[in-house]
Amino acid sequence: MSEGLITAAYVVAAVLFILALGGLSNQEKAKRAIWYGIVGMTLAVAATIGTPGVGQYGLIAALVVVGGSAGWVVANRVQMTQMPELVAGFHSLVGLAAVFIGINADLEMTRALAAQDAGTVAELAGFAATIAKKSAVELSILKVELFLGILIGAITFTGSIIAYGKLAGKLSSAALTLPGRHALNLIALIACLVLGYLYLDGAGLWTMIAVAIIAGLIGCHLILAIGGADMPVVVSMLNSYSGWAAAAIGFTLGNDLLIVTGALVGSSGAILSYIMCKGMNRSFVSVILGGWGGETQSAAAVDGEMIAADADAVASAVADADSVIIVPGYGMAVAQAQASVSALTKQLRDQGKRVRFAIHPVAGRLPGHMNVLLAEAKVPYDIVLEMEEINDDFPSTDVVIVIGANDIVNPAAQDDPGSPIAGMPVLEVWKSRQVFVCKRGRGTGYSGIENPLFFKDNTRMFYGDAKASMDALLRELG
Amino acid sequence: MKIGAPKETAPGEARVALTPESAGRLQKLGYECLVESGAGVAASFTDEAYRAAGVEVAASAADLWNNADVIVKVREPSADEIDAAPEGKILIGFIWPASNEALLEKMKARNMTVLAMDMVPRISRAQKMDALSSMANIAGYRAVIEAGNNFGRFFMGQMTAAGKVPPARVLVVGAGVAGLAAIGTSVALGAITKAFDVRPEVAEQIESMGAEFVFLDFEEAQQDGAESGGYAAPSSPEFREKQLEKFRALAPEIDIVITTALIPNRPAPELWTEDMVEAMQPGSVIVDLAAERGGNCTLTRADERIVTDNDVTIIGYTDFPSRMATQSSNLYANNIRHMLDDLTPDKDGTPVVDMDDDVIRGALVTHEGEITWPPPAPKVKAIASAAPKRKEPEETAEEKSAREAAALKKSLNQTGLMLGIGGLLCLGVGYVAPPSFMQHFIVFVLSVFVGYHVIWGVAHSLHTPLMAITNAISSIIIVGALLQVVSGSSTVMILAAISILMASVNIFGGFLVTRRMLAMFQRS
Repeated sequence: MSEGLITAAYVVAAVLFILALGGLSNQEKAKRAIWYGIVGMTLAVAATIGTPGVGQYGLIAALVVVGGSAGWVVANRVQMTQMPELVAGFHSLVGLAAVFIGINADLEMTRALAAQDAGTVAELAGFAATIAKKSAVELSILKVELFLGILIGAITFTGSIIAYGKLAGKLSSAALTLPGRHALNLIALIACLVLGYLYLDGAGLWTMIAVAIIAGLIGCHLILAIGGADMPVVVSMLNSYSGWAAAAIGFTLGNDLLIVTGALVGSSGAILSYIMCKGMNRSFVSVILGGWGGETQSAAAVDGEMIAADADAVASAVADADSVIIVPGYGMAVAQAQASVSALTKQLRDQGKRVRFAIHPVAGRLPGHMNVLLAEAKVPYDIVLEMEEINDDFPSTDVVIVIGANDIVNPAAQDDPGSPIAGMPVLEVWKSRQVFVCKRGRGTGYSGIENPLFFKDNTRMFYGDAKASMDALLRELG
Repeated sequence: MKIGAPKETAPGEARVALTPESAGRLQKLGYECLVESGAGVAASFTDEAYRAAGVEVAASAADLWNNADVIVKVREPSADEIDAAPEGKILIGFIWPASNEALLEKMKARNMTVLAMDMVPRISRAQKMDALSSMANIAGYRAVIEAGNNFGRFFMGQMTAAGKVPPARVLVVGAGVAGLAAIGTSVALGAITKAFDVRPEVAEQIESMGAEFVFLDFEEAQQDGAESGGYAAPSSPEFREKQLEKFRALAPEIDIVITTALIPNRPAPELWTEDMVEAMQPGSVIVDLAAERGGNCTLTRADERIVTDNDVTIIGYTDFPSRMATQSSNLYANNIRHMLDDLTPDKDGTPVVDMDDDVIRGALVTHEGEITWPPPAPKVKAIASAAPKRKEPEETAEEKSAREAAALKKSLNQTGLMLGIGGLLCLGVGYVAPPSFMQHFIVFVLSVFVGYHVIWGVAHSLHTPLMAITNAISSIIIVGALLQVVSGSSTVMILAAISILMASVNIFGGFLVTRRMLAMFQRS
């Protein structure tokens, strides 16, 4: 394939990727958007394979088939509730690939320089041949890009693995706070920069491997220090990193398609992180540096008592209500209650009640997590509303059912300036006539903050596993 | 100690302050109970019923006053009763100290300890002994029943074989306890019910009872009922005018008016004027629950039922609770019982007057030869203050444009600053970097911009699919691995091969998962 054709294919692929992301602006277009992505990817891979100097077609085919089937199987098996850990796991692959490709680039560069010295440039194949044509300035820039690619790739790799472990429940989701953790990160980062400088000075491959290892440690430590409730930010941040890593590698290889795609993914992840941070009223830096601010602020103690209600009481209140809003949280995902919730929704809607869902931007462990779960359970998306769309409707609502959510419905965020979540936008469920909170026990949420909602006069606690509770409610209503 | 309930001396009063049931409860507090013979007959409690409940029956009033230590009554005692009373008794009943100062003096002279049921403060703890509310509730109910009794039509609209019956239209003025009870009864009977109150915060209560709140469009700091202990306060003349205007407009279409508007310690406000009565349809009924204080309707005559020239019936009875003597005696006796409950902390049959107790201090009007009325303000506010409506100060056009200009300037400055810094950085890069790099750099910067604009358009609910698809396309890194897979170095080949493998997992997995997710979203 000629150079011109390949570039043309890359341009088309880049446009298709942009269309794929832009198509996600609504649910109907989204189904088409995915095909843009698939076609773009196919085109890009085909064009690359057709590039002069790329060979080993048998090996490539075998690898793609093996890797592809593995991906296919995993993607088919995964439960929708496991989506956060799946996405995190996939990110680690991109990160590791970036590290490998970066190291490869260095190896090839060494070979190319050696060949230049020996005067055997003509014998070089593939990437090494490209490098041999570069000037000295271009080579130092290449080294910088390579350094960045490896650094970000390694952080993405280990960070994603830790995030996967936390989301899959294989690691404790509590924030690990080592003494002097900020200093540790800083020292590690400075070490990386020093190594990078040495590398530019011609110190050789070992510096890059050391950078990869140290950056890997930073990745581990960064994500270990972030609490479970901040996971949506972390996952989207890693998403962003994997994009930047790809872009850095694109610079190294001088490949515009990699740069474009990497930049798209990188900015997408960054914007998602920003939206999540806003949803929690926290600054990006404080999330990344880990843990709840946790300093000496003391939240106001709550007095009053939590009053429990049984399925019978909830059912009769729901039966009398004309309008119902359901607020799902991570607890619904944990209990796999979305199908029961959907059945309940259908039954109530069949009885002519107005049932809607209120989704907080940070509900669950992944941006948009709740929407996906509800969609899986066949809840129509036009009754699933965002916080801004529905927050004003709570005062005119008869019954609100909170399922496994805590901090996102905590009135302390508005009332108590001493609360760690003060200022975080929350769903104002307490303004409705009656609130039922479906919850496993009396404990506090991920943030460990007492929730005054549970003590309000119009709140009743509906204890039990979310799925069992919803099924019980269905039986009472049925 | 002994608690005694004499027969009420006020003419027409059928209630009694002690019932066989409440006597049983009082005995548990350690009291003995005494009742004057025939005191409960008008309320359908016979002497036998009292005896069966272990209550001693005193033959005469004098007998009772002499034997009992605590006298419980409904109405305030007459001058004769006080004159005949022995010294040092405890008396509990409606006293109305504000209008009965002479009586207070007499009771003080008799060294009586008097607790006025009408002075019990309106705080949550005292609701169980709030006799005004329990009597008002009965009055409200009875008012609707009396109105129905004098009204020639159905309350509920009906379609009968003989023709259509329109529903009655009821207007309740004043949504206190009596008003709300009247609304509830009227709605339950099927009438179309409207209600009005000067306190805007009761609109919700009115609507919760099923009536329509008559909304008055009036720009004024609306009254906050919490300030006045849950009662209405007098309104401004302008407000009153507006209110009367509204009533005047309503009068021709209203069949039944029930007025319950009272302001503590003042004559009842005049709300239903003569011209409104004239505007009403023949056969209409007005029940004036404020008749005792002069009436809300100009034509009301206390304790009388009158019919105007245009055949509007105006009922000014003041004894609605007494007309349902059994019910009201039961509730009143319970209120008294709760009061004694609070007065007897040790449940040993000995009342203790605790001057620090808000409820008891509030109700106490004479004690130890002193007049203790009016009481100091209670420590607990009747009801939580309604949160004052936050009112944004209206900004003038100039202020607005100034503010907008400032904001625009700020954002322009910011953008300018950012562009400046960005431009300088670009220049710096361009200074050192070769042209081949700058080409890629342009592509990179433009892509970030495109990404920024595209991603903001993504629906919130599709954020998870967005992450999955960006994850899939970030495996474009496979391109890099593909370019490296042909190499003279086996290490490079192996690393590139592993990268290809991993990236393919990602490509297929990422796209498939995204597809699965998107396929689930469906419209109802």
